[in-house]
Amino acid sequence: MTKPGTAAPAASPAQGTNAPGTGASDRPVFELLDVEKRFTVSRPAGFLKREKRSLAALDGVRLTVRRGASIALVGESGSGKSTLLRVLLGLAEPSDGKALYLGQPVKEVRAKSRDFARSVAMIYQDARASLDPRMTVSALIAEPLLHFGLCGREAVGERVAALLTRVGLPAEIAGRYPAALSGGQVRRVAIARALAAEPTVLIADEAVSGLDVSTQAQLLNLLRGLKREMGLTLLFITHDLGVASYLCEEIAIMYLGRIVETGPTDAVLSAPAHPYSLALRRAAPEFFAPITDPLEGEIPSPLDLPPGCRFATRCPFVEDDCRSAEPILAPVARGRTVACRHPLNAEDSPVSPQMPAPAVTHAVGSRPGEGAEVSA
Amino acid sequence: MTAPDAHQAAAGDALPLLAVEGLTLERGPSRILDGVSLTLGRGETLALVGESGAGKSTIAFALMGLIGKGEAKIAGRMRFDEVEDLVSLNERGWGRLRGRRIAMVFQDAGAALDPCYTVGGQLVSVLRRQLGLSRAKARERALELLEGVGINDAEARLSAYPHELSGGMQQRVMVAIALACNPELLLADEPTSALDVTIQAQIIRLILTEIRARGASCVFVLHDLALASQSCDKIVVLYAGQVMEAGPSRGILEHPRHPYTRLLKSCVLEIGTETLDPPEGGVPSYGDMPAGCRFATRCPNALPRCFAERPVLAAEGERLIACFNPEPRQ
Ligand SMILES: Nc1ncnc2c1ncn2[C@@H]1O[C@H](COP(=O)(O)OP(=O)(O)OP(=O)(O)O)[C@@H](O)[C@H]1O
Ligand SMILES: Nc1ncnc2c1ncn2[C@@H]1O[C@H](COP(=O)(O)OP(=O)(O)OP(=O)(O)O)[C@@H](O)[C@H]1O
Ligand code: SF4
Ligand code: SF4
Ligand SMILES: [Mg+2]
Ligand SMILES: [Mg+2]
Repeated sequence: MTKPGTAAPAASPAQGTNAPGTGASDRPVFELLDVEKRFTVSRPAGFLKREKRSLAALDGVRLTVRRGASIALVGESGSGKSTLLRVLLGLAEPSDGKALYLGQPVKEVRAKSRDFARSVAMIYQDARASLDPRMTVSALIAEPLLHFGLCGREAVGERVAALLTRVGLPAEIAGRYPAALSGGQVRRVAIARALAAEPTVLIADEAVSGLDVSTQAQLLNLLRGLKREMGLTLLFITHDLGVASYLCEEIAIMYLGRIVETGPTDAVLSAPAHPYSLALRRAAPEFFAPITDPLEGEIPSPLDLPPGCRFATRCPFVEDDCRSAEPILAPVARGRTVACRHPLNAEDSPVSPQMPAPAVTHAVGSRPGEGAEVSA
Repeated sequence: MTAPDAHQAAAGDALPLLAVEGLTLERGPSRILDGVSLTLGRGETLALVGESGAGKSTIAFALMGLIGKGEAKIAGRMRFDEVEDLVSLNERGWGRLRGRRIAMVFQDAGAALDPCYTVGGQLVSVLRRQLGLSRAKARERALELLEGVGINDAEARLSAYPHELSGGMQQRVMVAIALACNPELLLADEPTSALDVTIQAQIIRLILTEIRARGASCVFVLHDLALASQSCDKIVVLYAGQVMEAGPSRGILEHPRHPYTRLLKSCVLEIGTETLDPPEGGVPSYGDMPAGCRFATRCPNALPRCFAERPVLAAEGERLIACFNPEPRQ
């Protein structure tokens, strides 16, 4: 296996390194090729009968994670983000398509190579459940250090203490069990544990949600530092668009099992091309503004997808042709792709990222049909 | 605590639904809560905000009667409606309140749901136990509740186990369970931390509608200050187990006067924020609290006296502040 950290010159930023025929270090770290993941669920069908149905948690997902990239994965609750990470990490088998790590099927790499576990760290959405309740905080953080032989037993205490400080936890909690920690403390233990093995790739599912803003700021700065100094590759699920824009150069937005928009975070958030991205942008909490329901219409069931575009039941810009065939991800502007038949204007009037929602409305207003509230 | 309560009068209610006074909680040598006071009128919403580990969930657990007598030492008073003191309430008394008149959305939804029972089973059993509904009626109501929190295919989801739901769906199931019995007081500990912003808006609106329709009250634990400003009438800012600043949320968030509240506000991330510059360190360790102000080690306004003396929570206009050197009034 290549030791990415040492192959310095090849470590290139996220975009635009698709020059063919280059060495292993230019290979994407992770690749998802048309991945589908189905679950079988049963539901009542008439009197005392049940029918088995297939639920597509992921449907035709393509994603490339290059070395040094930082990607925010954002999307509706239940849209398949956690499932995507599980497939990416080889924890779940795709029903169709491929999940590759440095060009190899991730499942095989995972089984064969200790290096994979060492270089790819994961922070799970349910931090409390991911930590063994019978281990103390110091044992939890020491485990990866000892497992990968990163330091001798005599030095472990010191390393654990340093990691606790880095995530802003007081030394006094080292001897405690997870049950005696607050929600945010548990999350930070999970982060310390993930960073212990000095990974080159960090995959995080809501790692900083539920933390107060000052603790969150400290952790984001820590991750930013690791990204800049060590070239840490980041794939970060978050609901907080502020976190996405602070930490990640690229963003991928998911809706109901599909990626519907990708591109540079700033560009996408200042002038979203997909109507769902715009809804997200508008729903972000704003000081003292009334809470509005950003989307009307019925949320379709993943068991009964509507024909055509799966956002059509709630899309304010829906037109007749949207219901005929499903739009696929296609380029709209430099470095940007969108799966929509009538993308909002992505290229002109890029709005300054600081500007509040009305600016986005303006960017969108250049399209006919804006303002005509369509409720499906 | 005898802190005068300025905003109680503003609420207009004769007697607030909830009055916590001088709540102090010790686990072994650590004083986790230190003289916490707050009041909440009927129909009001309150946001508890503050540093991770400051004691927000502990307050909610105490209000839910979930802190065992042997587990921690509790002093102070908590009056809820006609129940004079929750602190000394026995288990039988709690049985009449918990889950019925006071309900809670727990911070870790994944851990709070029972992995061995289906979502429907858990909802139905709450509805039957607490409301005495028949099995069929309870099932019907369970379906409505799930649809109410935006979970589609409610029929199929009723027979799903918690691990078959996404993190945000588990959280919404928790909200549905907590709302199931129409509580008078809802404790919502980060009820939307796992939800995308569109569903978050929907759930907060649902909670507020339910609360307002019945004149019930809600204590939210929130870390998103913008969301707190949108959803809560009052705010209580906690640091290391003490109230630093409390009062109407609009005034406090527009013009925070306590240095810790200002620190929080300065760390709010917006789309396009370039740099954040939080001060180093965190809450001091509970075994080793400074004698004076607990925030002194990180406070830009600290005076020499802050390290020796503890500031008491005192009324300043509509709000309460515990600080020797707050930002001037605007
Ligand atoms: N083991 C399983 N069995 C059945 N369905 C499942 C299973 N795991 C996930 N699902 C379903 O797959 C869909 C996607 O779930 P996933 O957890 O990936 O969503 P998510 O985007 O992470 O959502 P959230 O933001 O709420 O965590 C959901 O409809 C979920 O119920
Ligand atoms: N069983 C326990 N034994 C000792 N200390 C505990 C125990 N449970 C909690 N604590 C401590 O009590 C303090 C308050 O915890 P609490 O869960 O109330 O914090 P919180 O404000 O909800 O934080 P967060 O925002 O991180 O959830 C924390 O410092 C925590 O470590
Ligand atoms: S394809 Fe049509 S319905 Fe779908 S998001 Fe685009 S405009 Fe809306
Ligand atoms: S009392 Fe002193 S140290 Fe404490 S917050 Fe006020 S100024 Fe800062
Ligand atoms: Mg998830
Ligand atoms: Mg908590």
